[in-house]
Amino acid sequence: MKIKPTKIVEEGFISPVETYPGKVVEVKLGSTKGEGGSRGRSVIIGGETAPAFYSFEKRMPHSPIIAVDVFDMKISLPRAVKMHVKDVLEDPAAWAKLAVEKFEADLVTVHLISIDPLIKDASPKEAVETVEEVAQAVDVPLIIGGCGDPVKDANVFEAVAETFAGERFLFSSITRDMDIERCASFIKKYGHVALAFTPMDLNLARELNRILYDFLPKEDIVIDLTTAALGYGLDYAFTAMERARLEALMGDPELAHPMSSGTTNAWAAREAWMELTAEWEPRELRGPLWELTTALPLLLAGVDLFMMMHPAAMKTLKNIINQLLGGDLLKARELIEWVSTKI
Amino acid sequence: MTKKKVEGRAGIKELSPIDVYKLLPKTNCKECGEKNCIAFATKLVSRETSLENCPPLLTEEQKKAYKQLMELLKSAIKEVVIGVGEHAVKIGGKLVMYRHELTYFNPTAIAIDVTDEMSEEEIFDRIKKVEQFKFGYIGQTLKLDMISVRSTSSNPEKFKATVRKVAENSNLPLILCSLNSNVLEAGLKVVSKCRPLLYAATKQNWKEMAELALMHKCPLTVFAPNDLKLLKSLTKTLIEYGVEDLVLDPGTFPSDGLANTLNNFTMIRRTACKRGDELLGFPLVGVPMVAWMERGEAPEEIVKWREAYLAAMLIVRFADIIIMHNVDGWTLLPTVILRQNIYTDPRKPVAVEPGLKVFGVPDENSPVMFTANFALTYYTVASDIQNAKVNAYLLVVDTEGIAVDSAVAGRKLTAEKVADAIKASRIENRVKHRKLIIPGKAARLSSEIEESSGWQVLVGPKDSSDIPKFLQEKWQNPKHTSATR
Repeated sequence: MKIKPTKIVEEGFISPVETYPGKVVEVKLGSTKGEGGSRGRSVIIGGETAPAFYSFEKRMPHSPIIAVDVFDMKISLPRAVKMHVKDVLEDPAAWAKLAVEKFEADLVTVHLISIDPLIKDASPKEAVETVEEVAQAVDVPLIIGGCGDPVKDANVFEAVAETFAGERFLFSSITRDMDIERCASFIKKYGHVALAFTPMDLNLARELNRILYDFLPKEDIVIDLTTAALGYGLDYAFTAMERARLEALMGDPELAHPMSSGTTNAWAAREAWMELTAEWEPRELRGPLWELTTALPLLLAGVDLFMMMHPAAMKTLKNIINQLLGGDLLKARELIEWVSTKI
Repeated sequence: MTKKKVEGRAGIKELSPIDVYKLLPKTNCKECGEKNCIAFATKLVSRETSLENCPPLLTEEQKKAYKQLMELLKSAIKEVVIGVGEHAVKIGGKLVMYRHELTYFNPTAIAIDVTDEMSEEEIFDRIKKVEQFKFGYIGQTLKLDMISVRSTSSNPEKFKATVRKVAENSNLPLILCSLNSNVLEAGLKVVSKCRPLLYAATKQNWKEMAELALMHKCPLTVFAPNDLKLLKSLTKTLIEYGVEDLVLDPGTFPSDGLANTLNNFTMIRRTACKRGDELLGFPLVGVPMVAWMERGEAPEEIVKWREAYLAAMLIVRFADIIIMHNVDGWTLLPTVILRQNIYTDPRKPVAVEPGLKVFGVPDENSPVMFTANFALTYYTVASDIQNAKVNAYLLVVDTEGIAVDSAVAGRKLTAEKVADAIKASRIENRVKHRKLIIPGKAARLSSEIEESSGWQVLVGPKDSSDIPKFLQEKWQNPKHTSATR
């Protein structure tokens, strides 16, 4: 029988710090007047040399940022979102202004859904005009969203890229079934950035990047591994992103790009927008929390750029990011007493 | 997928089936249900079976090999059982730091806060809400797991009475919370056979708490806020004292302390999983309810919201138990769904078998729809069709377990796949018409599907809850059709 200790047996603790051979490339989005564009500011994402928010190892070199979705035509939105944007639904410029001024968006995504041959089949010229209106209304860097049709998107992207040469817009997105050589070439020629989109499969992401590398420098590529909503495949998205970032840090250069997430996909979950029985209400609160809860695992997996929709979800995400980057102020000392505190 | 080494890959990845096989009886008797001993060894390594399934190994002469195997297959994070009987909750038992390295076992247990200064009415209301919490999700029922009873009064009698009240009205395992060992002991006396988790041993009270844990055979939490050296020292001390089942709380700090909180959880888990430090190889408890401690003037909804996002971050960053104050469904629903998602087995796609499913008694005029084979998509669509009480065929297309919109974007759902599924299902022999109702989220594929299948496409609703309405408006009522024929 061992003798029981009578006082605390001292043990040491060594912080388990690792070093990583890989580094995520830094990508600059937007371009100011001084830099050859017209934006009020540009923003750098990426550059990580440790997993996201492992601040005991390394501080994140750049804060993850949030882009707000703006659509170029009236679309159906969940009620919880619509109530915040109902006055600007048919005016992308006003919507963008609202996003920047009121929702504190770092960037604005202009979703050119009206170009969809199945919707309005708007021309590249019309798309350029929409982007022009938005670019006039706000001076943050822009993301140009296509409609998902590989041919039409390429045509519209080229027209927008040419008109806004030097602006370092992010083109969302370049997919495997597009004419990649053509897209990469005009993105390079006119000084923009490609968002390389693949469906939660690291090999496909590597493959697409390898093709892009023939035309574009690494610093002009952001990757999107697909975001599925909380409850609807978020586990796959989370793990794809967590793995991609860890492998990038372990020295896989083909995955060493900043990651973007279409977090708005959270609203594809019916639990985000649908009226459920009374015990799960109100959905006006449940919905934005759904979007936030979709974003958080991805933030911790290493996402650098979030495309979002609900103002409460993005404001909270921004606060959380600031708190996480704020470091080790331990003002919260008195919380040790949580055990005996009456609420 | 190229096999690149990710961060050490200690633990599970270093264990080869050959190492395990060497210690097995090598009888190839198949009593375990596997073809041979090497197959059994492979399943042991991936934790799909356990040593107890090998009868020859459980004999006296194999005792030494059994012990060696137990040691070899030991998890990086100790499994701790809280409670007894059918409601007992297992926590910890993790083999890996990241879920893609294998899978996570034992989902984060969610405990709801009750205190000894709440009114009887409030306590009963909370117990009722915890017990009745149920949400159906891909064939599972998501639930809450435990009740945490806190002493805010520091009065042993009061605490005892509250613990009794809770224990008499719920079978769920308990966490008893007080840093005062006299208070804790009073409560523990009522439930001493029920194996509650004791919260918590600190720098000051560790000896008294250790005595209680030993006397009542209970697991014990070690609380050393933001001090991992102390946490480790206390763990070492308690183990030497004879307490084996420990749970660690490095402190949950909201807002300005959030970075520290995540750092501590991460450092502990990495030290245990990647550096093999057994002193930190215990389950972790996170306390999202600290959000209520810095409430200030914030409205209740805001505090609930903060508590919910703390819970989400802690579930992702390694918490094995979380203690929450709020019991509202709108915050707990995302929490339990996230927990389910993080704890699914990444080795198995959450998919259903593709093929033709039949609803009601469809005839040659009944509608034909298709959907993806992602389990959640399928169960949602299926329940909407069932609720609508329509006779219909549902073609489940193999999208590799991905939902419709993501599958379209990711080209896992293509016109060719739909055409192939139509052919393989022989639906053309069952219906006279050639009209396919496709999900609204696959509208983009309409013309391609028409081209490759030869069927006419009707674009259905974006959400399957609108299927009944859609059929009523766009599809002739089959009953009506047959009556007029």
